Amino acid sequence: MADKSKDVSSIYSPIAKMNLRTKTLLTIGLTVFILVAVVITSLFINSADITTNFNAMNQAPSFEHLFGTDWMGRDMFTRTMKGLGLSVQIGAGASILSSVIAIILAFVGSINSKLDSFIAWLVDLFLSVPHILLIILISIGLGGGAFGVTMGVALTHWTSLTRILRAEIKQINTSEFVKLSQRFGKSKIWIAKKHILPLVITQIIVGTILIFPHAIMHEASVTFLGFGLSPHEPAIGIILSESMKYLATGNWWLALFPGLALLIIVLLFDIAGENIKKLLDPTSANE
Amino acid sequence: MELKGTNISFKYPLAKEYLLKDINIHLDNNKITGLVGDSGVGKSTLCEILSGYYTNFEGTVELDGQKLPEKEFCPVQLIYQHPEKVMNPKWKMKDVLEESWNVDDNLLSEFGIQKSWFTRFPQELSGGELQRFSVLRSLNPKTKFLIADEMTTMLDAITQVQILDAVLKIVKQRKMGFLLVSHDMDLVNTICDDVIYFNDINGI
Ligand SMILES: Nc1ncnc2c1ncn2[C@@H]1O[C@H](COP(=O)(O)OP(=O)(O)OP(=O)(O)O)[C@@H](O)[C@H]1O
Ligand SMILES: [Mg+2]
Repeated sequence: MADKSKDVSSIYSPIAKMNLRTKTLLTIGLTVFILVAVVITSLFINSADITTNFNAMNQAPSFEHLFGTDWMGRDMFTRTMKGLGLSVQIGAGASILSSVIAIILAFVGSINSKLDSFIAWLVDLFLSVPHILLIILISIGLGGGAFGVTMGVALTHWTSLTRILRAEIKQINTSEFVKLSQRFGKSKIWIAKKHILPLVITQIIVGTILIFPHAIMHEASVTFLGFGLSPHEPAIGIILSESMKYLATGNWWLALFPGLALLIIVLLFDIAGENIKKLLDPTSANE
Repeated sequence: MELKGTNISFKYPLAKEYLLKDINIHLDNNKITGLVGDSGVGKSTLCEILSGYYTNFEGTVELDGQKLPEKEFCPVQLIYQHPEKVMNPKWKMKDVLEESWNVDDNLLSEFGIQKSWFTRFPQELSGGELQRFSVLRSLNPKTKFLIADEMTTMLDAITQVQILDAVLKIVKQRKMGFLLVSHDMDLVNTICDDVIYFNDINGI
């Protein structure tokens, strides 16, 4: 009976008919498409075009203004898109920087065992301090703004990928093919490049993408708290903190839509990351 | 040429007891030596020590009075019991082979290696096919001494003869030293000039 019902559903739903690989590829394609579309749209929005219009202040969502308008009559949909684009860009910068730090530390550790213990200590140190606190400190220390936030997020998010890579590299270093490579007279750097890198590239790619959602969320929260991007930037964090003042007067759309949009972007990155992991991980690739 | 192990003692880091104790072993390139012993007594471990895989053992291993180099090509090469373990799963067979040296086509056909295998990954070849690569890889021109640790256990009788013949031909040509570890007494008696029984040299 169970088989029969499965058959029926597969006739009517083309998605159920696809194998997992196609589904995974489709999911990745779709999420990446949406994310790219958001960034490109935001790039075409000129901040100067988000004009104040005092004839259209505090309007609830309508077809003309999908996300409503704010107290200066600015279109919230345009502001949100611009903000999301900025979030993704800062997220990209921070994630890539984070994983570059993780890669360098993990490989340096694999080549020099003394530095490796130091790196392990550094990871524990960074993990023992609350992220948000460190981000705020670093962001303020570096003068705030996009640069400060990006560095703050980047310098706090390399730890988990470093841990994963260190464990993986340690295991690869005990393998017979690495020991044989040493007997062939190959240097540690050669081995790291040729033997280890191809075996950890999957973790690096997936790890980088999975830092994205954290980076975006942390950027938005720090900005919301007033320690991140400056109030002139069209950031989601700024939009949210400004709209707090108007929530009491009943302008619920000012916070709801930008907040929801941010959440969706974060979820999209998570979905993309998990699916890319599925695709690249050979143990689950052909299911 | 002489490969000499003196007073070799070794225990695995987590093991309680010594696996190898005061082993003295002298090998040279004038005769082919066989090493026989029961399963699990430590033959593979001794082979790894003799070919420079460990540094944390007691005693010395010397080739012509010289310690084995740690950072350069090791003139004592080991053909591993399990070929799939000595190959990076993400490498094509061409890269696996060329990590050691560039083999000419004659030698490839002598070892029964097809060029079409070059573009495959190790998982896409059989154990016997992999072992041919593993053997040929160890025959780098800089290799002076070859240790074969049960290299033919996974091959059928005909392939076994084919590969052993090809190896022995090169060993004689280049006047290399050769140590054959095997369970197969018939094989050891036909090929080897001298037989060492593992239990006789291990002082446990
Ligand atoms: N990496 C390791 N760590 C700890 N113990 C090990 C390790 N490798 C092997 N041993 C143990 O050391 C002993 C000797 O192993 P070894 O592989 O040298 O035996 P062997 O004589 O080659 O056996 P076989 O004929 O089955 O190949 C075994 O009891 C094995 O369990
Ligand atoms: Mg063995």
